[in-house]
Amino acid sequence: MTNRFTPAALLRATASLLLAAALSGPALAAEKLKVGFVYVGPVGDAGWTFEHDEGRKEMEAALGGQVETSYVESVSEGADSQRVIRQLAQSHDLVFTTSFGYMNPTLKVAQSFPKVAFMHATGYKRAKNVGTYSARFYEGRYLTGVIAGHMTKSNVIGYVAAFPIPEVVQGINAFTLGLRSVNPKAEVKVVWVNTWYDPAKEREAAEALIAQGADIINQHTDSPAPVQAAEEKGVYAFGYDSDMTAFGPRAHLTGSVVHWGGFYTQTAKAVLDGSWKADDTWGGIAADMVKMAPYNSAIPKAVVEQVEGIKASIVDGSFHPFQGPIKDQQGKVVVPEGTTMSDGEILSFNWYVEGVQGELPK
Amino acid sequence: MDIDLITNILFAMVRTGTPLLLVALGELVCEKSGVLNLGQEGMMLMGAMAGFGVAFTTGNLWFGVAAGIFVGMLMSLLFGFLALNLNANQVASGLALTIFGAGLSAFMGSGFVGKPLSGMEAWVIPVLSDLPLIGKALFAQDPLVYLSFILFGAVFLVIYHSRPGLILKAVGESPESAVAVGLSVMRVRYLAVLFGGAMAGLAGAYLSLAYTPLWSDNMTAGRGWIALALVVFASWRVGRVLLGAYLFGAASIMHLVMQGLGVSVSSNLLATLPYLATILVLVLLSSNQARIKLFAPMSLGKPFHKTQ
Repeated sequence: MTNRFTPAALLRATASLLLAAALSGPALAAEKLKVGFVYVGPVGDAGWTFEHDEGRKEMEAALGGQVETSYVESVSEGADSQRVIRQLAQSHDLVFTTSFGYMNPTLKVAQSFPKVAFMHATGYKRAKNVGTYSARFYEGRYLTGVIAGHMTKSNVIGYVAAFPIPEVVQGINAFTLGLRSVNPKAEVKVVWVNTWYDPAKEREAAEALIAQGADIINQHTDSPAPVQAAEEKGVYAFGYDSDMTAFGPRAHLTGSVVHWGGFYTQTAKAVLDGSWKADDTWGGIAADMVKMAPYNSAIPKAVVEQVEGIKASIVDGSFHPFQGPIKDQQGKVVVPEGTTMSDGEILSFNWYVEGVQGELPK
Repeated sequence: MDIDLITNILFAMVRTGTPLLLVALGELVCEKSGVLNLGQEGMMLMGAMAGFGVAFTTGNLWFGVAAGIFVGMLMSLLFGFLALNLNANQVASGLALTIFGAGLSAFMGSGFVGKPLSGMEAWVIPVLSDLPLIGKALFAQDPLVYLSFILFGAVFLVIYHSRPGLILKAVGESPESAVAVGLSVMRVRYLAVLFGGAMAGLAGAYLSLAYTPLWSDNMTAGRGWIALALVVFASWRVGRVLLGAYLFGAASIMHLVMQGLGVSVSSNLLATLPYLATILVLVLLSSNQARIKLFAPMSLGKPFHKTQ
């Protein structure tokens, strides 16, 4: 069952729920697990919030009659969020807050609701009843790099990047390592647009890169504008976050897509059987939290097979995208053969690997 | 830089400058009549949303363009009612219009987020588009860019070489005198406000139908505000609006192109170029205070009571 909540409806629902609880007493306690979601954007048909909502629906489908979910969309990351989280906490057993900016509000509200389980996406602060979770997007990025290595003719790949923060640098590096594992001559040109979302600017960045010889465009921004630009200019592109095939049916090769459904189902199950703990989950392909968008038929079969092979070795743990030897831009080996970067090192990337052109803005 | 690169930069410059040119021309006419409408961003967003929505639903891009213009005019009508009929504070009414437009477009457009639309195709004019350097920039664009050229010419002719242009300026400079010679200040200002709305709506539709054929919240990303600065930058002159729009376009392109060329300048610094350019020009202009005063329409932003 789904309730679409506006703040007013939320208030009404909360009130009626309290009333029902008062009337029927403890009999209600054994009822369905109530799970609330706080979204930063509108659900729409693509992007970050859309994928969270897909996850919510998948959990509902998987757990059938055992859960009941509701969500509040377009909650800005300021003071509003604390109010919304508080209201959800009053009538729910498990609350997912799905944006980085909800970190402190979630922790604050959680203090007053010790019996409610909270899960905060992409944050780093935890508490007794606040767990965190995120996805290892870089695993998917590595695989797109391998595909790019085979598909490029000009050996120049353009990368439209949002802000020079570790999360984005991590993606550039993983992509470049994948790219050069099959094509050591290929290089990555990065253009920083200094915004997560400005379709016009993202498009101009993609076109500037294409004009400078890039025949594949990758992106770490949120709009499908770079894919559109690639489609129009007759080059290839990788989407991000959600499947962007519709915006460039010919250009869109595949993309690293985030998938929360399995994780949401597991978490709800854990709360139901009492085994839930407030820990951190950073899952990748193996945890089914990162998936690949459908492969374009332009990718040769052998390449798809190779990529699927690497994917399998990431899943069984025999391969890690950030395992040595990894060289920096000056050609110096930073991660020696036989060692793998730790999660802490991956999460604090502030240097480019060999094969990325230009300097990382400081 | 090789010649192809410069050709491409000029091409991108015109395209990036076009939405700014359209809104700024509309705002210029509006301000010439003495009305300051800060609602450009809101009208643009509504135009972008309506344009995309109608084009997506009907499958006809031109219906979308018409819808964008129409919705922009509706929005400006609302502003006109507040600012002209009720004599509300123009700055406050304009700001309210922007906030209202941003919220309403996000609400009404939520069903269109992430929907694909094949955008407007370029009309490549044979022979002329092969001219070196400028051929591609001027003759291989989409139809709305050509429309912006035509609108620029029309606004230029009307303001500097026509009787309606004189009336417009008279109303903006001295509404009292205009009334004295039998002109209807209200009618002229309403027409100017409506024109401003139509242009903002068109600029929005350009973004969502031609430039990046998609709809999403706040997709104008502050271009309405840049256009307001542009009118001051142009010191209320039509020709300079064109120059300024393309200069802004070029500045925001250069920041991306230079990175691609591997020029190691801070990208954050480069991203501020368009704004630095504005400040620079404002400083240069205001070095002579009298000049600014001379160029701004004298009654700009002041409500007018006919009974005076």
